Amino acid sequence: MRIAVLSGKGGTGKTLLAVNLAAVAKNATYIDCDVEEPNGHLFFKPEGVQEEIVTVRVPQVENERCNGCRKCVEFCNFNALAYAKELIVFEEICHSCGGCIMTCPEKALTEKERAIGIVQKGTAGPVRVLTGMLNPGEPSGVPVIKKLLAEENPEASKEIFLDSPPGSACIVMESIKDADYCILVAEPTIFGVHNLNMVYELVRLLKKPFGVVLNKCLAGENPAEKFCLERKIKILGRIPFDQELGRLNSNARIAAAESEKYAALFVDILEAVRGEVRHETVADS
Amino acid sequence: MRIAIPVEEKTSAANVCSSFGRTPYFLIYDTETKESTFLDNSAVASAGGAGIKAAQTIIDNNVGALLTPRCGGNAAAVLQAAEIEIYKTTSPAVKDNIEAFIAGELPLLKEFHAGFHGRGGR
Amino acid sequence: MKQLLILSGKGGTGKTTIASAFIKLAEARAYADCDVDAPNLHLITGWNTEPEKKDYYGLPKAEIDPEKCTACDLCRQNCRFEAILVEGEYQADPFACEGCGVCEFVCPAGAVTMVPAVAGELMLYTGGEKVFSTAQLKMGSGTSGKLVTEVKKQMKEAAAGVQLAIIDGSPGIGCPVIASLSGVDMVLVVAEPSVSGISDLQRIIDTAAKSGIKTAVCINKFDTNMEKAEEIERFCQDRRLPFIGKIPFDTDAVKAVNNGQTIVDLDCASGRAVKEVYERTMELLFAGGAG
Repeated sequence: MRIAVLSGKGGTGKTLLAVNLAAVAKNATYIDCDVEEPNGHLFFKPEGVQEEIVTVRVPQVENERCNGCRKCVEFCNFNALAYAKELIVFEEICHSCGGCIMTCPEKALTEKERAIGIVQKGTAGPVRVLTGMLNPGEPSGVPVIKKLLAEENPEASKEIFLDSPPGSACIVMESIKDADYCILVAEPTIFGVHNLNMVYELVRLLKKPFGVVLNKCLAGENPAEKFCLERKIKILGRIPFDQELGRLNSNARIAAAESEKYAALFVDILEAVRGEVRHETVADS
Repeated sequence: MRIAIPVEEKTSAANVCSSFGRTPYFLIYDTETKESTFLDNSAVASAGGAGIKAAQTIIDNNVGALLTPRCGGNAAAVLQAAEIEIYKTTSPAVKDNIEAFIAGELPLLKEFHAGFHGRGGR
Repeated sequence: MKQLLILSGKGGTGKTTIASAFIKLAEARAYADCDVDAPNLHLITGWNTEPEKKDYYGLPKAEIDPEKCTACDLCRQNCRFEAILVEGEYQADPFACEGCGVCEFVCPAGAVTMVPAVAGELMLYTGGEKVFSTAQLKMGSGTSGKLVTEVKKQMKEAAAGVQLAIIDGSPGIGCPVIASLSGVDMVLVVAEPSVSGISDLQRIIDTAAKSGIKTAVCINKFDTNMEKAEEIERFCQDRRLPFIGKIPFDTDAVKAVNNGQTIVDLDCASGRAVKEVYERTMELLFAGGAG
C-alpha cells in the first residue's frame, strides 16, 4: 500500500506527517522523494545505512570511428552534441535518451555512466527509511526518484509512505504516479489554498483517491477547510497550530515518539487513511 | 574572412542582439568582398542548449570570427574547439563593430556566462 | 538594472512574504515570480488588471497515429522514459514523454510525430510604470528552467530603464533555481531555524556558490528556535556569508498575507524587522555603485 504525502506549497507539513505516520504505523517504509532537499532522515536518524550511487547514461565517442557525419548532432533535440573538428558531448544537457547511439552509422558512440546523486537505505527501529539525494548543481532529480522507488520492496512492509517534493511539476508526478492513495497537506493561508488547488487538480488528473490533512489550524476561518468543504473533499484530520509540536519538529524530533498526545493525533489520522483505503479497495472489487 | 554578428533584424542597420544563443538572425560579413548575408538562427526555439546549437550554425557556415556582446560557456567551448575567435562588441550598431574589428580595435571576449536553465556552463 | 533574487532551499520559509515586503518598501518598478511551479506573488501584489498572456512551449511531445501504427512495439522497447503506453492502442504519455524523438526515429511505419506542446503560460502585468512578470507551469511538466528564463527575459524587456528588480524564487535546488540564478546581482537566502531548515540552507548555499553570485542570509521566524537561529549565524560566519538580519514569527504576518497585504502595510513586529533586513540588503546590493 503506497501512500503519498504531497502539498502544492512548501513548508506545509509533508515531512511532519509522512514521518509521524510511518512512525506510528511501525512496520512501515518511509521514502523521501524530495531529493533536492531531503529531510526525513534527519528525524529518523537511520542506522545500518547502505548507499548506492545513482547514475545516468551519457554518450562517449570513439574518435577513430567518427567520420564527422553529424547525424547525432542533428538528431539531438536537447542540443547536447556539437561537432567542431571532433564530437563534443555536453553531459549535463544530455537527457540520456540513447538516440544518438542509435543514429550513428559508424557505431562510434557508446554509453558511460555519470553520477548525479545517491540513494540511502537504512532502518530506524521497525521503520525502513529510504532517502534520495540529488547532487547540488544537478538540474533534475527524476532519475534519483526512479531509482528510489525501484528499491522499495512492496512485500517488506504493510504501508509505504512517500514524502513528495513540493509543487506539481515532473518530480512530483514521478513520486506519486504509482501511489495507491494521496494525502494532501494544507495550511490555512491564501498561498496554501492556491497551491492546494494545484495538487488537487494533479491527483484528480491521475485519478488517485485522496484526502486532505489540515495543518497549523488556528481558531477562526480556515480557507483550506473552506476549499475542502466546498468540493466535498474528505478531511482526514486536523493538526492544530501548536508551539510544542512546532518545536519538536524544528528540532527534528518525531513527535509521535515523544508524547502520547501526539502519537494519538497521528494514529487517528492513520486510521482515517486506512479507512479510506479500505473503502476504495471494497469499491473497486 | 567571414565574421558573424547576432542581429535583431535582417538588415545591416539592425542593432546587435544582446543574446548569442537566442538571437533571431546572424549577419555574416565577408571582409574581402564586403558583402553581407543573413542566417536564421534555428536555436531560438530550443528548450535548452541554444548556445550550443547557435555555435554549430556558426561553424557550419565557414565563419572565422564571432562578434557578440556575450556568450555562454558551452557555446564558447564549441567555438574554441573550432578555432573561431570570439570578440566583444562595443556598440549597438553593427557597422561600428565591423569597422573596429577590421581596425584591430575590438577586444576579445574573455568572460563566459553559465548555462541558462540548469545545464552546463560554470 | 540590479537584480535581487530571493531563495530558500526549504519551502515555506517566507520568500514570498519577504519579497512582497521588499517590493513595497522599494516601490519596485520591476519584479518577477520565478516559482513557476507554484507562483504565489500575484496573490499579494494587488494588481487588478488582466495580464498579457502567452503560451509557453516546452519540448515537443510524441504523438502516435493509430491508423499507421502496426503495433511492432519498437517505440516502447526503445523509450527510456516509459512514455509509451499500450491500452489497446499505442499512445504516448504526455507527462512522461521527454521529447527526445527516439520513437519517431525507430518507427518503421512513420506513425510517430513530435508535435509542439504547451507546457505553461507566461503572464505580464504592466501599468503605472510598473512591470510584474510571472508564469504558471502546467502540472507534470519539465523544462521549468526555460520558463523561468522566459519570465526574467519578459521582465527585463518590459522594464528596460528600471534600476532595481526583485525576483521571488522557488524552493529546492533544481533546474528552476539554477535558471533563476543566471544574471542576478545578489541572492538573499531566507533561512528557517530548524534542523531541516539548516540542512536545506547548506544545500542551497552550495548550489548558489557554483554561480559565484554575492549571497547573503537572513532568518525568518527566528524566535521559533533560538538555538537553531544561533547555529545559522555561526554557519554564516564559517562560510563568510553576510548575515543580514532576523525576523520574528508574527501572527500578524499571517493575517496580513491572508488579506492580500504585505507585512509592511501594517505596523507589526515582522514588518519592522523586515524593513531593517531590506535596508541592509540594498546597501549590499548597491555596494560599489548603482548598476
